[in-house]
Amino acid sequence: MLKRFFTCLLITSGLYLPASVYADGAGLYARHCAACHGAEGNGGVGVPLALPAFLKSVDDAFLSKSIRDGRPGRVMPAFSKLSDVEVKSLVKYIRSWSDSPAATFSTVAVHGNARHGKKLFAKFCASCHGANGEGGHGTGVTFSRPRDLPIIAPAINNAGFLTSASDQLIKRTLMQGREGTPMVSFLKQGMTEADINDVVAYVRSFEKNQSNQTQESFDKEPLTLAYESPYDMKGTIDRVKAAAKGKNFRIIREQKLENGLVKQSEENPNQVIVYFCNFQLLNQALTVDPRVGLFLPCRVTISESKGQVVIYAINPKRLSKLFNNHELNKLCDGMYETYTSILEEATL
Amino acid sequence: MIMLSQIRAMLTALLLTVLFCNSFVHADEIMMVRAQQSFPEAMSKLQEQIKAKGYVVSRVQRVDIGLTKSGYKTDKYRVVFFGKPDEIRHLVKNYPELQAYLPLKISIFAEGSDTILVAANPHHLQKAGGKQLTRLMTRWEQDIAAIFATMREDE
Ligand code: HEC
Ligand code: HEC
Repeated sequence: MLKRFFTCLLITSGLYLPASVYADGAGLYARHCAACHGAEGNGGVGVPLALPAFLKSVDDAFLSKSIRDGRPGRVMPAFSKLSDVEVKSLVKYIRSWSDSPAATFSTVAVHGNARHGKKLFAKFCASCHGANGEGGHGTGVTFSRPRDLPIIAPAINNAGFLTSASDQLIKRTLMQGREGTPMVSFLKQGMTEADINDVVAYVRSFEKNQSNQTQESFDKEPLTLAYESPYDMKGTIDRVKAAAKGKNFRIIREQKLENGLVKQSEENPNQVIVYFCNFQLLNQALTVDPRVGLFLPCRVTISESKGQVVIYAINPKRLSKLFNNHELNKLCDGMYETYTSILEEATL
Repeated sequence: MIMLSQIRAMLTALLLTVLFCNSFVHADEIMMVRAQQSFPEAMSKLQEQIKAKGYVVSRVQRVDIGLTKSGYKTDKYRVVFFGKPDEIRHLVKNYPELQAYLPLKISIFAEGSDTILVAANPHHLQKAGGKQLTRLMTRWEQDIAAIFATMREDE
């Protein structure tokens, strides 16, 4: 009896213990990172990690803190639920792509004149890293669109970057550059070491400008936009279509919500989906973040219950947080305006 | 008789193991996977896997009309809709605002010779309801995670 329980316990734990508990770096990487950084670390939605010049210029602390804290608002998630052992095996696995040993850095802070650094930054860095260090547009080597830069410059005003990178790490990156990437050595570009110290001091000063309101405002956003319609089902559908057309959208499809789920004769006629699209907007959205296609093309659901017709749409304001991508903010605000104005007009 | 307490202890251990290991380590609200397969292969495997979990694939929506014209190197971008009819009906009736998000969906697009799959973690819909909803969302999450795990495997 006892034996059987033991066997049972073993079998069950064997079944349920996923790679994460064995902390197998390759398995963890495939599961959590490969989707963005590529199966062999050569990049995708995320930046390449396997470049020798990158691995040579960061220490293990940078890698593990980056995994833990992610890059808030820059797509890279924070893996706060992984154990220390798991993070260690991930780092070990990433290290296995390169023969050069991990960089080590002294913890001595770099002192410099941040005001002078700011001027240098505007002149030498802003073109790639953005006026305020917010990073290049798009992320990583993104999707399959044409790229003028092989790697998009990371955000260096990002809280996740700033806690992960020591002063000395930043300094060495500026002194030596990263061979094989657009990030060149600024010593070779004519800066002095003192200049570089000033730039490091300026980059460090980004820490003071971190805003923290996103989570809160996200929680306040309703899941769905819902508008009661004074018209009947057909009348409301027609008005939705007219309103969308008036906003330069093309109606691409009207279907019952249950279409394809059940036999056509059993489809509930009381929930109807209307899809509409503006190709320019669609392409713009996919360029910023290919993953938002999940919520495209635009869609509203018209639903009747007990004689009352209601129009529902997703609340686009939740998307940028969902995708952890600040760059979507503007786009999502625009989409929000579009949805609300169509819904308002249709129910007027 | 001595054994009874031992058995109880073991059962507790068993339960804890199952509970502990079942909690998926997900980093955030978006679930993603890279299938090292061409788009058509991944697409047919995805649909098989969805069906194997007892869902109906209701529709495959193109999102890529006009993509190549604006410079993308891929024209392969689809959203696959799926659901279990009784679950969808139950939600539409009891949580009407969820209609905007139903049926479930997974987007799938080509990246070079690989294929990327993306889904919103169903828990992002939690805001619409209570415990009853949590249970369903958790099962959906586990099903999508299992589908993605299969997509990740070679072949
Ligand atoms: C959803 C996509 C995504 C996932 C999943 C993801 N990353 Fe990232 N990662 C990114 C992006 C995008 C960046 C670049 C951020 C920027 O541009 O500022 C990044 C940056 C990084 C960096 C810093 C690179 C540098 O040049 O400074 C490291 C290290 C990293 N990721 C490791 C990982 C590891 C390890 C995992 C898995 C545990 C992982 N990432 C999962 C998208 C992702
Ligand atoms: C031509 C574009 C370009 C310019 C100009 C440029 N960078 Fe970069 N920078 C990059 C790219 C691309 C990377 C990512 C390299 C990699 O993949 O490891 C990078 C990486 C970095 C990093 C490491 C970030 C990380 O997460 O690994 C720092 C710090 C940095 N740059 C600071 C600067 C500063 C300061 C300047 C100005 C003195 C500057 N860069 C100028 C493109 C540029």
